[in-house]
Amino acid sequence: MDGDVLLQAIASGLLIGMVYALISVGLTLIFGLMEIVNFAHGEFLMLAMYAAFFGRSLVGLDPMLSLPATVGLLFLLGVLTYRGIISRILHAPMLAQIFATFGLGLFLRGLAQFFWSPDFRSVEAPFLAGLSGGGVEVGSVSLGVPQSAAALLAGLAFLALYLFIDRSRTGLALQAVAEDRATATLMGINSDRMFALGWGLGAACVGLAGAVLATFYYIYPSVGVVFALIAYITVALGGFGSVPGALVAGLLVGLVEVVSPTLFGFSPAYKYAVVFGFYLAVVLVRPQGLFGRF
Amino acid sequence: MLLQVRHLSAAYAGVPALHDVSLDVGEGQIVALIGANGAGKTTTLRTISGLLRPERGEIAFRGQRLAGQPAHRIAELGIAHVPEGRRLFSRLTVRQNLLVGAHSPRARAGEDAAMERVLTMFPRLRERADQRAGTLSGGEQQMVAIARGLMLGPALLMLDEPSLGIAPKLVDEIFTTIRAIAREGTTILLVEQNVRESLELADHAYVLQTGSTIADGTGAEILASDLVRRAYLGI
Repeated sequence: MDGDVLLQAIASGLLIGMVYALISVGLTLIFGLMEIVNFAHGEFLMLAMYAAFFGRSLVGLDPMLSLPATVGLLFLLGVLTYRGIISRILHAPMLAQIFATFGLGLFLRGLAQFFWSPDFRSVEAPFLAGLSGGGVEVGSVSLGVPQSAAALLAGLAFLALYLFIDRSRTGLALQAVAEDRATATLMGINSDRMFALGWGLGAACVGLAGAVLATFYYIYPSVGVVFALIAYITVALGGFGSVPGALVAGLLVGLVEVVSPTLFGFSPAYKYAVVFGFYLAVVLVRPQGLFGRF
Repeated sequence: MLLQVRHLSAAYAGVPALHDVSLDVGEGQIVALIGANGAGKTTTLRTISGLLRPERGEIAFRGQRLAGQPAHRIAELGIAHVPEGRRLFSRLTVRQNLLVGAHSPRARAGEDAAMERVLTMFPRLRERADQRAGTLSGGEQQMVAIARGLMLGPALLMLDEPSLGIAPKLVDEIFTTIRAIAREGTTILLVEQNVRESLELADHAYVLQTGSTIADGTGAEILASDLVRRAYLGI
């Protein structure tokens, strides 16, 4: 096997892995805070991608310019989802919680198909794709500019998230609510507001991922399905509720997905089979995930 | 009167826990609440701090009605509840636990002074400031729990079983600290299984039985009463 080819695969795997990590961290934040899995997470991603698409086609804004608006809109969507749906089923049986977000996901997907058709769309001439011809050479490895920018933004988002959660007053309050809701309220923390914030942040992360993904990926109503599936196994692999876990597991999943077909010489069509196989193998050995806290 | 509780009743998921609790806590006092297991001591504290909604009865704090208000707002008014079993945020460090204790807007202005005060009160916590709370000994955890409550800058500090599960030589230290906190001007409502020590400490005491307050008096009076001597002190 050619060393350059392997190096190329590793680089590509790490870049897409950062995007997986960013999508997954939104999911793990919400779960870590209140032990509810957002099964509409993929559809949040889909909406963010459409926001980037329509920003371009209707207003003429490049996805990078509309990015703050996309992230803001998704934050709002997360808060509204909590206020409108989740806060009403906080004490409902787990199955009701599962089907509430699952149903929301199906509804959003149907809505997208109804209004925007099932057609595959792509953002016209995104700025990043044109930058330096759309690629940069690092030694023998060539990296796509949009993919590299996505990975960079994901890295910055992780840094910001870490500083916020670990250093800020509000971040500490989030952690307190996540560990012991009742005791946190004795400190004067309004747990309802923290839950709304958690949903906003979780959705904002996936909004950022959607905005950058739109610059190099097709946009269609069910685009979130595959990404959400990967996010669920990434979260399980990293450990439910663990932010560093999401980062490490996202990178691992990206690596396995891209490197294994190169390394073992099978068709990339089987890449997800390998990813899920890898996930099963890890979970059998370590069911709590790599950074699991229970 | 700082806190007035009148004819309070409360239930857990339909099962009655308090029938008729009435008590007064005066400014600057140490008031002890004693009674057998299941008498409703913890439930009384949980109802005052808003973790449990009362079914009937009134709670007034500095003339404001508390019944039905959410717990975070009651904390904001100046009631710190140090729960039974300490309930620290185990993944956070000692210092982070204390900072969370000062989350409420009423506490923020005085946060630095409060931090200095509690670290002086519990020098051991200064040494352990950057250690995860979950790794501390039981006694140290209790110190963090009390210190975290003080970070709120409360007018009323409610302590639920502060000496439970703590090494005997630390129990005296905890009681000395409670006395010091009261002397510095914080009113204390104390629930304790350590009846003799808490009655010796208390200005006033209430005896709870099956969810009702059945007797009250000064700490010394209750300590001398036949009821308490037979039921709790085994004399």
